[in-house]
Amino acid sequence: MTEATPTNVARRPFLGRIGEVPHVGLVAALVLLAIVGLATRPENFATSSNLVSILALASTIGVITVGMTFVIIGGGIDLSVGAVMALSSVWATTLATQSYGPAVMILCAVLVGTGAGLVNGFLIAYGRMVPFIATLAMLVAARGLAQRMSGQRTQLVQQANTAIVELSTTRVLGLPLLVYVFALVVALGWILLNRTTFGRRTYAVGGNPEAARLAGIDVRRHTMLLYGLSGLCCGIAAVLIMARTTTGSSTHGDLYELDAIAAVIIGGTLLSGGRGTIIGSILGLLIFTVITNLFILNGLNTSDQLIAKGLIIVVAVLMQRRGALTGT
Amino acid sequence: MTQTPGRRGFLLGGAVLGAGALVSACTSNEPAAQPSAAAAAATTEAAAGGNDQPGTQVTIGFSAPAADHGWIAAIAKNAEAAAKQYSDVVFKPVEPTNDINQQISAVESLIQAKVDVLVLLPNDGQQLNQVARQAMDAGIPVVNLDRVFPDKLSYRTWIGGDNYGMGVAAGHYIGKTLKEKGVSNPVIVEIQGIATLPLTQDRSKGFADALKSYGFSVTAKQDAQFTVESGTEVAANLLQAHKKIDAIWNHDDDQGIGVLAAIKEAGRSEFIMVGGAGSANAMREIQSGSGVLAATVTYSPTMASSAIKLARLIAQGKGMSDLTENQVPQSITLASETVTKDNVATYLPLGFES
Repeated sequence: MTEATPTNVARRPFLGRIGEVPHVGLVAALVLLAIVGLATRPENFATSSNLVSILALASTIGVITVGMTFVIIGGGIDLSVGAVMALSSVWATTLATQSYGPAVMILCAVLVGTGAGLVNGFLIAYGRMVPFIATLAMLVAARGLAQRMSGQRTQLVQQANTAIVELSTTRVLGLPLLVYVFALVVALGWILLNRTTFGRRTYAVGGNPEAARLAGIDVRRHTMLLYGLSGLCCGIAAVLIMARTTTGSSTHGDLYELDAIAAVIIGGTLLSGGRGTIIGSILGLLIFTVITNLFILNGLNTSDQLIAKGLIIVVAVLMQRRGALTGT
Repeated sequence: MTQTPGRRGFLLGGAVLGAGALVSACTSNEPAAQPSAAAAAATTEAAAGGNDQPGTQVTIGFSAPAADHGWIAAIAKNAEAAAKQYSDVVFKPVEPTNDINQQISAVESLIQAKVDVLVLLPNDGQQLNQVARQAMDAGIPVVNLDRVFPDKLSYRTWIGGDNYGMGVAAGHYIGKTLKEKGVSNPVIVEIQGIATLPLTQDRSKGFADALKSYGFSVTAKQDAQFTVESGTEVAANLLQAHKKIDAIWNHDDDQGIGVLAAIKEAGRSEFIMVGGAGSANAMREIQSGSGVLAATVTYSPTMASSAIKLARLIAQGKGMSDLTENQVPQSITLASETVTKDNVATYLPLGFES
């Protein structure tokens, strides 16, 4: 539990950080994947358009992963992320919302996401529900509400609101705008986690809630805010998925929760809370996205992809355990 | 092509659908009955008129999966609309569900309510087979819609689409277009639905077989999940894998919205794309002619309207007036039609909203 104290994580000596197996392992894994890509599809893999495409694919779920990292470091779990994103995308693309224009659609998506997250947080912090159960309930309910609102239809973003779609089609310096949104969320998340009281409290609450309470942190309020933050990220992700697919739909984000949790775990964040990094999560996510890309470039099917991803989760966690053992 | 009479029958069926003279739509798509359908086409309206006269009151039970997709939503809507056209039909739908267990008990409740005839679109033909058999044993004829029960004792009549034929139609369209353009060694990409479903495998086989007759083959295929989002992801990656593509067949128009979004994002337009199922959205895209979508091959949810009509005829002991037989046929396979810019206006009313 000594690892749980925030100062330890942030200000470890350089050599100590090298010794932190996960990050080195993650970068090595990415390099390995890149080599595989260069070897198997030299003409396609390293092109700028392919790299842009990988980043664009990673953006939606990447934003969700940032929120998920906070929740898991804070000792919780959020299973509802995919469903909340779907609900936000549906709510923002109903005819009523669309009639107010793109700005209101974005606001709507963000508010719905944050609202759903705060409901999760309230149930967990003040209703004393187990996070797994509360967010599982939200997963089912949000998906149902999204289906009901959309009448199980795919809702198109209308011509008048193409400003939303332009997030995906407009490019600045060769990158679609949504990649910048992703980068901004990662940067803000990193600052919030590493350079603010909120971040330090998150580590403290996740590491040892009782000690955090005795240290004068309002653990309940903080827990609720963490889930609200995760919901906010889902709302932003909903805007990105609307931009990418030109639709809002109750089928969006299916099983995103598993991908996001897997990325966070691979990234070295402990599922028990108190320790973890945003950069690790993003690296974990990039590994997944690059694998998908490599498999499709080489014309391999989805089943093989799933097997590879499963193996990677196991290997990553085993490596982390070894790292933790040698570290102490 | 050889399907011309069938196609004309289908169109006629579509036209009279609204007017209420109905039976022609399903009759003329029965491949085995094609000669007689063609012969009967001229007299359809007069003949069909007789069958649409109110007869004995019948109660039709209906159970289908819950909609998570525009196609399934259209199935339920079409069934209800068809039932409403008849004063002698009492329509009894049960709450749609995607849970096998729940659908079994829903069908059991319809059996206990002693409906006259059942129209069933099972979540899974294998798993609902037993309860359909119970209905048949209890003397309630079952009209099996689309996903087939493995046991022929479990249904009186099957009506559904032709997945293999869908692949064939797409393959012919792409093969013919590329031949006319004089493309040799074309790059043909296929975006499938859920790969594990038999229907996906049938579609892919039909596609490959039809392409083979032009000397072409599929360069790359990848499976998506029938959802918009999976369509975007798979298409974005496939576009990276192939710098120059000549044709894409995407199995499903709902998923196609995402595929088209990815194509737009990548700024690609050097190929033609063919869709699948026949959503209104895809048809509007074809009509506008502004994008890569050149055609779609139908797998029309209008089959639900036809199933209700068949159920009514079976319960009333009538045959199909276009056919010589006194009873409704045992199985009806709908043809997959190719919708292009030239004929899209006639198909648009039949397209379903995704």
